[in-house]
Amino acid sequence: MTSISERRLEQRPPLEKIMDTVFLWAARISALAIAGVLIWIITLVFIQALPAIGQFGLGFLFKSTWNPVRDEYGILTPIYGTIVSSLIALLISVPIGLGVSIVLSEDYLPTQIQRILVFLVELLAAIPSVVYGLWGVFVLIPFLREITPLKGPSMLPAALILSVMILPTISAIARDALINVDIGVRQAAVGLGATRWETILLVILPAASSGIIGGIMLALGRALGETMAVTMLIGNSNQLNVSLFQPSNTISSLLANQFAEASGLQVSALMYAALVLAIITLVVNMLAQIVVTQLQKI
Amino acid sequence: MTSEFISEQFDPGSLKKNTKDPRTLFGLIMSGIAGTFMVMAIIPLIIILLYLLIQGISSISPSVFIELPPPPMVEGGGFGNALLGTVIMVSIGALISVPIGILAAIFLSEYSGGQIANWIRFATNVLSGVPSIIIGVFAFGAIVLTFKTYSAWAGGFALSILMLPIIIRTTEEALKLVPQEVRQASVGIGANDFQTVLFVVMPAAIPAILTGVTLAIARAAGDTAALLFTALFTQFWPNWENKLAEPTASLAVLVYNFAIVPFKNQQALAWAAAFILVLLVLLTSIISRLATSKRQF
Amino acid sequence: MLSSEDTINQTQAVLNAENVDIYYGDFLALKGIYMEIPKNKVTAFIGPSGCGKSTLLRCYNRLNDLIPVFKLNGKITYHGQNLYDQDVDPVQVRRRIGMVFQKPNPFPKSIYENITFGAKINGFKGDFDQLVEESLRGAALWEEVKDKLKQNGMSISGGQQQRLCIARTIALKPDVILMDEPCAALDPISTLKVEELIHQLKEEYTIIIVTHNMQQAARVADYTGFFNVRVTEEGKRQGYLAEHDLTEVIFQNPKEEATKQYVSGRFG
Ligand SMILES: Nc1ncnc2c1ncn2[C@@H]1O[C@H](COP(=O)(O)OP(=O)(O)OP(=O)(O)O)[C@@H](O)[C@H]1O
Ligand SMILES: [Mg+2]
Repeated sequence: MTSISERRLEQRPPLEKIMDTVFLWAARISALAIAGVLIWIITLVFIQALPAIGQFGLGFLFKSTWNPVRDEYGILTPIYGTIVSSLIALLISVPIGLGVSIVLSEDYLPTQIQRILVFLVELLAAIPSVVYGLWGVFVLIPFLREITPLKGPSMLPAALILSVMILPTISAIARDALINVDIGVRQAAVGLGATRWETILLVILPAASSGIIGGIMLALGRALGETMAVTMLIGNSNQLNVSLFQPSNTISSLLANQFAEASGLQVSALMYAALVLAIITLVVNMLAQIVVTQLQKI
Repeated sequence: MTSEFISEQFDPGSLKKNTKDPRTLFGLIMSGIAGTFMVMAIIPLIIILLYLLIQGISSISPSVFIELPPPPMVEGGGFGNALLGTVIMVSIGALISVPIGILAAIFLSEYSGGQIANWIRFATNVLSGVPSIIIGVFAFGAIVLTFKTYSAWAGGFALSILMLPIIIRTTEEALKLVPQEVRQASVGIGANDFQTVLFVVMPAAIPAILTGVTLAIARAAGDTAALLFTALFTQFWPNWENKLAEPTASLAVLVYNFAIVPFKNQQALAWAAAFILVLLVLLTSIISRLATSKRQF
Repeated sequence: MLSSEDTINQTQAVLNAENVDIYYGDFLALKGIYMEIPKNKVTAFIGPSGCGKSTLLRCYNRLNDLIPVFKLNGKITYHGQNLYDQDVDPVQVRRRIGMVFQKPNPFPKSIYENITFGAKINGFKGDFDQLVEESLRGAALWEEVKDKLKQNGMSISGGQQQRLCIARTIALKPDVILMDEPCAALDPISTLKVEELIHQLKEEYTIIIVTHNMQQAARVADYTGFFNVRVTEEGKRQGYLAEHDLTEVIFQNPKEEATKQYVSGRFG
């Protein structure tokens, strides 16, 4: 007869041991697959872009011709459009997003109402890009035509819609950062006779600045790569135009418009453009992640 | 010490509020601006939802769910094939991303606390920031070019990459919320690691994980850029005989295609499809709100 | 409730609580407080945890306004002006009634800016360098930090941080300084320094200090208020002021049995 203590020390059934190992490895491989996918994306796009990289070199970035007939490609206009539309969107959504985050982190409103507003702002982020585009085509552009020299799809409506789309990113992350500022610091400022806004502007915002900057950078990353709404509203013209009322282009809308019908070197040129966009957004996102994680460590 | 602030004789009146004090005024103005910004942020949402409601409802009838898209200027028709295509491709996406995502999250929360986990988390966050158009380009290169055809598979594959980071993040958070005692209790009665995770920790986290999966599905269903040149679009029903290896319609791409055509009947369908997509988003957002506010632990 | 009334009334009262009840939502945290705080003296608040010492302290400069569920009934006057009148500006109140917190909470800014913050927002026109030196000397910190005024206020030791917070408060030249367990996070030597500082400060300021350290109360305070908790019929814990008197009286010859037990450490 085996005593209880002996039974406990019995070997586990080999099957269970194998299961344990299999399970651990499945989890490990899945986790590594995430990093693998990222690397796979970059390598694949890079390899596909190689013919165009060989053909055009860095000059690709500084030419504004896009001519599938003569196989001449350059993405100066889309780069310009990508940057300008994103910057205009930030210009609008940063102050508004900060205002929202302040209203929703201070005690202006009862908690119930605050919660509903937080939910509504989050909802802005959940609405699909293509729905924004649809709304822009049928509501925003006709409206802008009434009040501006705008004739049709162009930079302005695209940038405006972008600003709405990235607003929740900024306000949500900024709000988190503001809420996480040590309450002691706020009490210290208020205790020294600072008004609410002196406290916010001189103490709370500076203390939350790294989180806020991280949020702005994430929003920038989103704006740079945003595709559908922009494609539907920007007019997709490869003419370099400074006016906000003229059609323009972004890298993502160039891809959205041309990929399905492209062939030969044009595919490779589009892959090159995609590589440029991927690298820009990856860098912006990585920096944003670093800034935000730095914040969480404090 | 010289006192620059306070006169020896204290005047109680100086404690009174003074609305003309520049500091008070400044605060009022700033509060006003912040409040205005708050309103400005909500207005677009309300307008968009209103338009969707008006345009969407008026374009929706039972037949839109079962009929094929109409040619230009022909009344009637629907987006049955696009609805089915979206369901198929989101399902493919979920079938790929849910197991991998959950396993990866289990690795992050149960098996690793170290530097590797931080790197994987970093990669997950970066992956969630990759524009969906890039993921579309990638899936085009990886699947469409390899198999030389647009397909529901390519579309589903692209969607799975979009869904992965969402699933990993929500699952990891859910797993972290399961108290350590639950694990210790399980190990204490002699359970193996995988038994502890699968039969004790996971069930406790299931509601939150399901919420994450729902959110990922909503996100994928609305995404257009990843499908644009992976699944493309078609006027016809998904073809099972061809094992789905041909262009497949989706609601999201239908909205895009029909929004930029000049034909009223197709535009109406675009509104109806957009309405369905936003309804899905709304429902999942509300469900996830309710689910997370009633956590098990 | 007030004993030795004559002694307290001989000095001028700066702050006066009259029948004050304090609520957090429906919870009555402190009930029926009558209390006079004499000018240019140190008053210590002692009592078991949760009896409402911090709560009352924060009412004197309306810092409880930051808590949405907070409510006060009754009157707290400051030089005869009710602090809770509708038309009183809490910002003005806090300018004159400064506060030092349990956990040192310097701003994440330089030592210099920590000191000038209050002066700047209050429109100080004088010499900032002089203000910084004066305040740091006043807080017995000048010698230790005079060479690193540009350093972050969070980079110095906990005891130095707490004295920086005191310096920051006296830079405003307030009338009253409230201190909520200012030494709770400090080592014995820093504690001693802060106590010496309190002795110097009472020449110019009226000071209220909350402390759990009986010796500290005995060492620094002229007057001591003992707060206690009673459990109501509904089973709720309710704070009240049990006894308020000269510190010697409280520690050597208290009227209440509870006070005697508490100060002799037999409380429980
Ligand atoms: N912000 C708040 N919201 C609700 N209740 C509170 C709040 N702050 C304090 N209380 C309650 O009020 C009572 C008095 O708290 P207070 O912090 O004033 O006690 P205290 O005497 O300072 O205790 P300690 O010695 O532990 O600091 C306690 O029962 C506490 O739970
Ligand atoms: Mg306290």
